[in-house]
Amino acid sequence: MQELVSIFVKAIFVENMIFAYFLGMCSYLAVSKTVKTGVGLGAAVIFVLGITVPLNYLIENYLLAEGALTWLDPSFAAVDLSFLSFIMFIAVIASMVQLVEMIVEKFAPALYGALGIFLPLIAVNCSILGGSLFMQERQYSDIVEATAFSLGSGVGWFLAIVAIAAIREKIRYSDVPAPLRGLGITFIITGLMGIAFMSFMGVEL
Amino acid sequence: MADTVEEVVNKESEPLFSKKNRKLLTDPLDDDNPITVQVLGICSALAITVQVQQALIMALSVLFVMIGGNLMVSLIRNVIPNRIRIIVQLVIVAFLVILVDQILKAFVYDISKALSVFVGLIISNCIIMGRLEAFALGNKPGPSVLDAIGNAAGFGWILIAVAVVREVFGSGTFSLPGMGQVNLIPEAFFNMGYMNNNMMILPPMALVTVGVIIWIQRSRNTKLIEEN
Repeated sequence: MQELVSIFVKAIFVENMIFAYFLGMCSYLAVSKTVKTGVGLGAAVIFVLGITVPLNYLIENYLLAEGALTWLDPSFAAVDLSFLSFIMFIAVIASMVQLVEMIVEKFAPALYGALGIFLPLIAVNCSILGGSLFMQERQYSDIVEATAFSLGSGVGWFLAIVAIAAIREKIRYSDVPAPLRGLGITFIITGLMGIAFMSFMGVEL
Repeated sequence: MADTVEEVVNKESEPLFSKKNRKLLTDPLDDDNPITVQVLGICSALAITVQVQQALIMALSVLFVMIGGNLMVSLIRNVIPNRIRIIVQLVIVAFLVILVDQILKAFVYDISKALSVFVGLIISNCIIMGRLEAFALGNKPGPSVLDAIGNAAGFGWILIAVAVVREVFGSGTFSLPGMGQVNLIPEAFFNMGYMNNNMMILPPMALVTVGVIIWIQRSRNTKLIEEN
């Protein structure tokens, strides 16, 4: 249990998707003009990360990794399909996003109204594929750990986009030098926030 | 290396080389730059700008994937059903990225290790999908290839500029693939009290460097200035 909490908290603060790895920057910069849209996209990211990473964990460990196919037949022990992982992961993500969109539209129209337009954007959000690739690289020992990691990453991303959206709403009243307005100042603020987040570095849980 | 590729393609498409097509190549370098104006492709760009050699390899990989992707999508643009086009595009891009990944692993293993997940993340690099959606789906192969080269070059020069700043000030070295790292700052400077700015190596400084590049670019090119 303690292990899981540690993975979760580490994924939020120490290994924050935005501030430590710059994943999902494109939508982070494009959709952070107001807090409301920021919350919508952030929630959608948590949701999709929480589904796709455990799914890709199963695919990785029961299909792709070296020796993963032994459950079918012991003679497959030497088969290593991990070069296919990119194409499998992205296919899972693209189809899951499509599926989630349809399910949410059918069964939870209110949620769909809130997340609706953001879901298709997510298929090409680097933080989603990044989550799966980090899961593969770090080799979590079971699916529960992978899920804790994915939810933590999602929450970290959510925090980052809500924070920058709140700052951008306020900065409208400041006198920013003209060439820096909009994109430029957002980059620099994100950099400063990243420096602040670096204080979590080396925290052992 | 990017220059030679450009020339070859231009020669092949001589009749296409009109003013309009030349704009496809030059616009993304400044007025319509993928990173500083279109805000695409930032995700996988910033994390690998600690060393120039990594940035260069990344820029070349993106160039390859973009040319291949734009060409292939543009060739089959009339037979892709509209509803599943995203998945078709993702599969084409993923196929090209797997090629790049395997080639990097075979020839420059160290750099491939250093780039880690960021090679895979070229798949979801928004600039590639963005150009496929916005250009290759509606244009002939010739212009699509030019568009790919222009955008990859626009992406690449920002990447390399950030990497040069970060590497020279951060670790005082300069590195190219196959040559390793070369010390740029003479020993005498260090004896006089010069120090490398270790902060430049940290991830947040990549963002600040891009912010400053945007600042410089927009002070020169005032029509890009935003409202707030």
